[in-house]
Amino acid sequence: SSHEHKLNFKKSKEVCLSYIQDAMLQKQWQRAAEFLTCYVESLEKDYSREHIGPSEMIWRIGSEILWHHSHSSMKEFNCFIEQMKTLGVKRYLKVCLEHVFHLLCNGQIDEAYQNLSLAESWRFGEQTAIQDKEMKLIQAYRGLLDYYSWSKQKNILLEHGKCVDGFADLSVEQEMHSCFRKAAVNLKEIIKIPGVWDLFVKCYVDLLEFYGDHNEAHQVLNEYAYNSKFPANPNAHVYLYQFLKRQGESKKSLISALKILHDIVPSHELMIDFSTMLQKSKKRKKRRLGLEVIFAALDYAGWKENVKAWSCLARQVKQIVISEKHLDWIKQEWDSRKDWWPAFHFSRYLAKRNWQENKSLSYEKALVAGILLGKDCKYFRYVSHQGCKAQVKRFRMLKKFMNRHNPVHLRISG
Amino acid sequence: RDFNERCAQCSEVNWGLTDGGRFYCRSCHNVTERTREVVNTDFITNSRVQTISKGVRKQENNDGGSEWYVCEGFQLVLKKQAEALEALGICPQMKDEILCNFWRCYLQKSKQAYCNRPAGETVKALSVCESSTDVDSDPERPSLLHLLSLSESEGDLQTDCSFVSSTSKVSESTSVYSGSVDGSLYLMKNQKEKLRMTMPMTLSFCYMALLWLREPITLSELLRFVVEGHIPYLNVFQHFPEKMKLCGLDLKIFCVESWPVYEEVFNKMHELAAFLDLPRFPDITDSCFLHPDMLCMKYLMEANLPDELHNWTCRVVKKIGIGEVDFLTLMPGNKSTRKVKYDVLAAAVIVVVLKLLFLLDDHYEWLLSDSAEERNKNNTEARPYFEFKKWYEVVRHCLDVEQKKLDEERAKYLWRCEKPLFYSVKNKSKVLKRRQMVVNLQNQFGKLSGSARRAEKPNPSSFQLSWSEENTDGSCFHGHSLKGILQEKCGLLTAMNPDYWLCTVKLCNEKLCGHLAHYREVDFPQSYHFVLRLFSFLLRIQPSYIHDEVCMIEHKLFNKKLCKKLKYNTVLRK
Repeated sequence: SSHEHKLNFKKSKEVCLSYIQDAMLQKQWQRAAEFLTCYVESLEKDYSREHIGPSEMIWRIGSEILWHHSHSSMKEFNCFIEQMKTLGVKRYLKVCLEHVFHLLCNGQIDEAYQNLSLAESWRFGEQTAIQDKEMKLIQAYRGLLDYYSWSKQKNILLEHGKCVDGFADLSVEQEMHSCFRKAAVNLKEIIKIPGVWDLFVKCYVDLLEFYGDHNEAHQVLNEYAYNSKFPANPNAHVYLYQFLKRQGESKKSLISALKILHDIVPSHELMIDFSTMLQKSKKRKKRRLGLEVIFAALDYAGWKENVKAWSCLARQVKQIVISEKHLDWIKQEWDSRKDWWPAFHFSRYLAKRNWQENKSLSYEKALVAGILLGKDCKYFRYVSHQGCKAQVKRFRMLKKFMNRHNPVHLRISG
Repeated sequence: RDFNERCAQCSEVNWGLTDGGRFYCRSCHNVTERTREVVNTDFITNSRVQTISKGVRKQENNDGGSEWYVCEGFQLVLKKQAEALEALGICPQMKDEILCNFWRCYLQKSKQAYCNRPAGETVKALSVCESSTDVDSDPERPSLLHLLSLSESEGDLQTDCSFVSSTSKVSESTSVYSGSVDGSLYLMKNQKEKLRMTMPMTLSFCYMALLWLREPITLSELLRFVVEGHIPYLNVFQHFPEKMKLCGLDLKIFCVESWPVYEEVFNKMHELAAFLDLPRFPDITDSCFLHPDMLCMKYLMEANLPDELHNWTCRVVKKIGIGEVDFLTLMPGNKSTRKVKYDVLAAAVIVVVLKLLFLLDDHYEWLLSDSAEERNKNNTEARPYFEFKKWYEVVRHCLDVEQKKLDEERAKYLWRCEKPLFYSVKNKSKVLKRRQMVVNLQNQFGKLSGSARRAEKPNPSSFQLSWSEENTDGSCFHGHSLKGILQEKCGLLTAMNPDYWLCTVKLCNEKLCGHLAHYREVDFPQSYHFVLRLFSFLLRIQPSYIHDEVCMIEHKLFNKKLCKKLKYNTVLRK
């Protein structure tokens, strides 16, 4: 590359930035600081035409360096951030918020709270309205910290139980309630805005449940899960499900809560519970869905060695085979899988490994393999042989079962 | 001192000088209207160059500053630069005589001083303390935006500190647009007519004076010293006295935010020499530092090449006549002679010699090196045969290291200084606050930079690369012999290489496209590019400039053969 021998202010700062970037990517914080020292004089030039100006660069880069540099202290960091707050009024609340995050990461909860309160009271002409979003976030995080205080106090009370020292408890209790009020107000506000607010929702629901407002909690969770304005969020459904379970709701509502989760995340860990619930249902459609759900979950590598999942599937297919009704269900599910499941789940290598590592797993899988592929398939042959050799009772039972029902796999594979 | 008139009041001849530059009689304290012309060659700090017909000039302004003209500022700059050069070893004559004579001549020719002001050109002063009349109603006064856009806008100075937005808030009492009296007028003048003074031109002045005196410093060295900080250029306004307040448009004139460019300084120097109607410069003879023979010797040493190559460079120089006095000496205004870049020329001669001896086609030079290596095994002489390969490895490694250092220096270059600049009094506090913050941040992060603190600027040195024969690792090639690549023919030593390739068969018209050739790295052998890169680093100029000179030399060298109109891409036999 031909080296330029010309240089002007702008170009030299561009080059300086690229050196900073390289140093930071390689975690050479000293070197990054060295070049940043040379970069800071760009504050004295106006870059109002540029997309990101030097003041923002310096704030972001400087924060990173101070955070990671071994010789830097929290005190220095704070001092730096205070300077950054004065640099750009349009960014003031953002800087405050990020400062708070750093303080939280450093375990300085009280300082974080103070900063949030301070930021909340900030007013600056029309900027206040423009930075409305950041302000809401600040209030939300303060609400979160209020929740955290509330939680601490609640634990204190619970520990003491019905303590003799009523007065001490009373003050704690009062403070607890006040934290609750402050937290509830802010948390409620933020979750109105479409977005991903998992932590806030959980905390808010926790508060509501504690004070017995289950209706409100249910409504909040419903909104969070089903309001189309909010982005699709599997956790929303999980929270709703867990809440309904806590409330002892009917299987019907539990099942309906998990339906969308199955659509979004077929491999979710709750799918086993879902499938089990469906399987026990009286409605045929639900049982059919149960089978579909468990097959879909086992499409994912994460479940390959999960005994619960396999036993859930094994139970269902066994039942169908014994009843001799609805074999076509299995056929339907197996049609799209027969080309790749054998290699994916039922190879000889896996047979060996499963047998070595987890006998229960190999049992369940063998059962399924036998039904889907017949007793002469690699997997079944190996496992059942091993099992009988080891004289384990259930394997002998398994062998008998397969002998009886062997033709089934022919009908399934069609 | 030279004023010999008798005092009107007391008839004595006993004159002193007031602060305003006017003569007063020491006997009776009668102050005259006559002002002193600057006739001797000493520079006085803050001398006000005035014409006799000029009116009264205010002394003190509200903020402690006094009136000053732009050319005074430049005069100060030149003085500082001359002092620095003297400290570097240039003879004092440059500062005391030559430079200031050139400067006075310039002032005269550009009608800024030493002459009657041409009629009709009144100085519309927009200085600090003057309250302007209604700005909008004056149709002749150009808008500030217009003024700012006229001058070559290098940096973004005009957008500093939201200056542009403040122009819309012009009020009657704060029309602060330049600390100098004629700052706005200066930017407005039609550049083509009068060769308006700029910061890069101060270097042209210096170079012109140095050339006149034939001092041992090339233009590339001068510019390198500027960049390294040994010669005041960047932030030179720091040295302006307190009374000379700098603000507004002065910034556009005196603040520099880019390194000086060789071509620009060079071309302006020639324009200047013509403009000043200077006579033929003192002869550049073969005992001068700037003569190609001398410069080649220097560059050969610096490039770690064998001293023996000097014979070859001298032969080339002689053959094409570029060592002739008339070729080398500057005749201002003579448009037919090509302007000589002494440093680039010398470097190009070396490149041509290397091509003559080693071909540099990415093939032959390595073969030749291998054969020299073989011969070296049986070499019983005191000096080893020069092997291109070894030289390449040593020099390339060194070059890469130095280039990397230079690249880091570019990234770390600091442009601002302690003395802050502001466009108007209004944003002074904002500027000062920013400056304070910058200093704080520099301290904070400077401490985290570890022991690798910024080193003090290196001592000025004429040689950037140095090689010592005392090194036992064999990394110095000065004493090596060229016998390994030469052969005897008819009692003469000639190069073993019989071939040569031209950089370009046809030269471009320099006047039309600015260059003799257009260099693209991919079109040429890597060895050739390496050699260009080496000298490009030493001279701090683009490889294409050296390539241009190489083309020029080749065309002179092979002139006869080219005239026979050979086909393209033929390799010439020498």
